[in-house]
Amino acid sequence: MTRSKLIQLSEAIDRFVPDGSSVAAGLCLEAMIPFAAGREIMRQRKRDLTLIGPISDMLFDQLIGAGCVRRVRAAWVGNVITGSGYNFRRAVESGALAVEDHSNLTIAMALKAGAMGLPFMPARTALGSDLFSTNPGLQKTTCPFTGTPLTAVAAIAPDVALIHVQRSDEFGNSHTWGNLGVMRDAGLASRHVILTAEEIVATDMITRDPNRVIIPGFRVDAVCHVPWGAHPSPVPGCYNRDHQAFIDYRDDSRSPEDFARWQKRWVDAARQPEDYLNLLGPERMEALHLRQHAFSDPVDYGY
Amino acid sequence: MAADREKRYTPSQLMVCAAAREIADGEVVFVGMRLPLLGFLLAKATHAPHAVGVYELGAVRDEAAPQPILTMGDLPNLHRAVWLADTADIMALLQNGSVDVSFIGGAQIDRFGNLNTSYIGGTAPMGTRLPGSGGACDLACLAKRHIIIMAHERRRFVPRVDYITSPGFGDGPGWRRSAGLPRGGPAVVITTLGMFRFDPHTCEMVLSSLHPGITLENIQANTGWPIKVSSRLEQTPYPTNPELAAVERFDPLRFWIGPES
Repeated sequence: MTRSKLIQLSEAIDRFVPDGSSVAAGLCLEAMIPFAAGREIMRQRKRDLTLIGPISDMLFDQLIGAGCVRRVRAAWVGNVITGSGYNFRRAVESGALAVEDHSNLTIAMALKAGAMGLPFMPARTALGSDLFSTNPGLQKTTCPFTGTPLTAVAAIAPDVALIHVQRSDEFGNSHTWGNLGVMRDAGLASRHVILTAEEIVATDMITRDPNRVIIPGFRVDAVCHVPWGAHPSPVPGCYNRDHQAFIDYRDDSRSPEDFARWQKRWVDAARQPEDYLNLLGPERMEALHLRQHAFSDPVDYGY
Repeated sequence: MAADREKRYTPSQLMVCAAAREIADGEVVFVGMRLPLLGFLLAKATHAPHAVGVYELGAVRDEAAPQPILTMGDLPNLHRAVWLADTADIMALLQNGSVDVSFIGGAQIDRFGNLNTSYIGGTAPMGTRLPGSGGACDLACLAKRHIIIMAHERRRFVPRVDYITSPGFGDGPGWRRSAGLPRGGPAVVITTLGMFRFDPHTCEMVLSSLHPGITLENIQANTGWPIKVSSRLEQTPYPTNPELAAVERFDPLRFWIGPES
């Protein structure tokens, strides 16, 4: 009998994100960002983390501001609709934070190499750029068959991937729909996978549509039921993006003092994920609900 | 017709209309956010209805989203996409030469179209840290051509960028090939003051049009090297009323195009 992996988010972070871990998050770019898992990392005062992801819309900046992060391996860190991440900028400029500069393609290839069990993947990007000077995981090489110049992208195998999904059973079999970013390869490359799920469902629902499974269940270590766990980022089928939260964060992170107040209000005061939802309030959540549903037609996996 | 030329418009609106004109019908366009998104949507709504938009988070669209969006992850941008996929799939299109045109913004640019969105002032000592490449380095390296949209200020238009996030023509002719880049290069720079194209022999930026009301002196005062000027220098076309109305539909809150002038 397979053992249930359904645990509280606080336990999942405690067990699978020790200080010094490398953590992959924000894997679907602007969508499905595991903000609740991020808040729990901040609440538990984790330290010396390495953050891995293509672009981070606000999440990495929060974790950096909270003092959790030693290094970032990413293509872009900031607040997508407002611009810079102020905590990120301060930390890099003071020397407190190391950055390995990627592009979206190099981080995708690094995780693909990790997923494929390879030491590197080749790419044609970054040639001529200065990314090589700030990323030891990029090396110039040539094709052994054609002699073509190539970029060799070193594999990245994170310690843990934080992945938000629409629904999962208690054994880690999950469904995701929407844009997929780099979640597939991150899920295969990472030693541990923590799923935060909007909904916990029966296994039967999952196995009736196996194309919607992006990460096979046997690779998942923990499943946490966290409704609205990606707020304020959007989740297909569940809720829209809360643009105001990102606009407010620009002002709430402008100075270290501003950010400390933000952290006190949105992280420390919300000891459980439900507390965060109470802070948001039902009206704000209702405004993000889907107004126009668009269901797909069922397909037949029969025999 | 001159009668429907709208004389009251913002620089951003002018830039969006100029960007749209650069997209040909049927092209595969790698779409960013902000003004490039509006340029793409305007092109599709006007002369390029069959243009296809690809988005790095893992989406391909052939119609505008049913509602205005601020990020490519907004649910309307995923609704009825023609393909939802992995970032690696979209990057495959870019790397295998399927993307005709892409758009990039820049914090800092030099005369050969190299862009810096990483470190203003370099890293030793550490300068100003900007958000980074995102997909910009990939777009500059691998699209068949790319279009740069940015504000025109002296501190941004420098003789040589401090850090190349997104390669243009490097230091001149032959550079891209010797670096190993398979294709591409910047084709146009659309700024708040004018438009530049690139000399096919020297690979240097050449002023091709001035925006209405802008003089050569304005442009040179805001550029950190002696600019080359086309012998066929033109005035950038005014936005038309239908173009402005379309842009207003896509950005009703004027989040990207900014308040009325």
